[in-house]
Amino acid sequence: MTKIQISLTLNGKKVTEEIAPDLLLIDFLRNHRCYSVKRGCETANCGLCTVFLDEKPVLSCSVLAARAHGHTVDTLEGLQEEARELGEFIADQGAEQCGFCNPGMIMNAIALFRENPQPSDEEIKEYLAGNLCRCSGYEGQLRAFRAYLEYKERGGAVCAQ
Amino acid sequence: MLKIKEYVRAESLSQAYELNQKRSSRILGGMLWMKMSNARIGTAIDLSGLGLDQIEETESEIRIGCMVTLRQLETSETLERVSCGIVRESVKNIVGVQFRNLATIGGSLFGRFGFSDVLTCFLALDTYVELYKAGVMSLEEFAGRPRGDRDILVRVIVKKTPGRQVYLSHRNTRTDFPVLAIAVSSGSRGVRVIAGARPGRAVCAAIPDEWKERLDGSACTPEEMEKLAGELAGKIPMGSNMRASAQYRSHLACVLIKRGLLRLQKMQEEEG
Repeated sequence: MTKIQISLTLNGKKVTEEIAPDLLLIDFLRNHRCYSVKRGCETANCGLCTVFLDEKPVLSCSVLAARAHGHTVDTLEGLQEEARELGEFIADQGAEQCGFCNPGMIMNAIALFRENPQPSDEEIKEYLAGNLCRCSGYEGQLRAFRAYLEYKERGGAVCAQ
Repeated sequence: MLKIKEYVRAESLSQAYELNQKRSSRILGGMLWMKMSNARIGTAIDLSGLGLDQIEETESEIRIGCMVTLRQLETSETLERVSCGIVRESVKNIVGVQFRNLATIGGSLFGRFGFSDVLTCFLALDTYVELYKAGVMSLEEFAGRPRGDRDILVRVIVKKTPGRQVYLSHRNTRTDFPVLAIAVSSGSRGVRVIAGARPGRAVCAAIPDEWKERLDGSACTPEEMEKLAGELAGKIPMGSNMRASAQYRSHLACVLIKRGLLRLQKMQEEEG
């Protein structure tokens, strides 16, 4: 096996490392203590391992770390403030039970809101179709995203109940 | 588990082609399907540094680099316009956005997978593939070839042939492989019906001569469309797998072909 050197920007920091050619991005990231990146189905179906590669959401279980050379990778650890805010809305709605799907769900929801700041319910469902949650029926998450979008529309003010 | 001995980021297509002549070498597309295998790859050849990730429009055609992702296809306004929306329709249910940001058109078509929505959709369009050594050939000819050649699919070329297209698929769950995919098109190449996920590789069903003139000319009634759809569905070879039986697929084919033909007719009427 011929090791290769890769250099990438991980959560804003430059990382250079020698890796095996078949190392997957998920393993590279977890080796770098990005534990928000969860190992789920490993068949590219569940969305738990979602990270941003050059700001686009991808499944880190299905990308070679070698392919990230020269690119920017962001995980939930790098989006702390944005992720925390959205996570609070998910908690408010009791949308999570075990919480294992949450990091991937939040990453992909952030990607959606960056791409389309005012999505319809159908657009939310379509965009998040690749994020599986085995505890809920997705209604809680949908309520949370609606509430988050309303909050953003009001400039970040929480509506009095 | 996939094992790779050496990874090479190709600096040119000729270098990639040379490297790919070894049986243990593989060209990497989105590698979503490849990653599921237990293959032991000698040299993994990455084409992502060759600028083949662009969709370019000329006066007569659209040229799609092999590394263009399914998400790029989905969001391309050019393809939306030229394909009557069927490109977006065909890829929107393929797993999720994160998956479609990785899967490439080159990998999807080169694999000539039976389950492929992408192959079914592009067969309905006037599509050609550009191979590094073999040159340009119709997608239909390429789809009929056996897998295993050592060439490289460089580009997909969609001619701007005037026409109308409809894409319909049936899935057991939203992000699963289709149980059956049907694409119907009409235009200067006549009416074409493509059936994919049979579960075998997509095929074009020949329209019987007596129906050709009727479809081109006056409007057909829903009953006539159902008769034609039944005839065509009966001729398409279907198979069984864990998703559905051959008999169920034949039934679905009749329903989807009829809907497709009626929708084409409606589009024609709306255009006047």
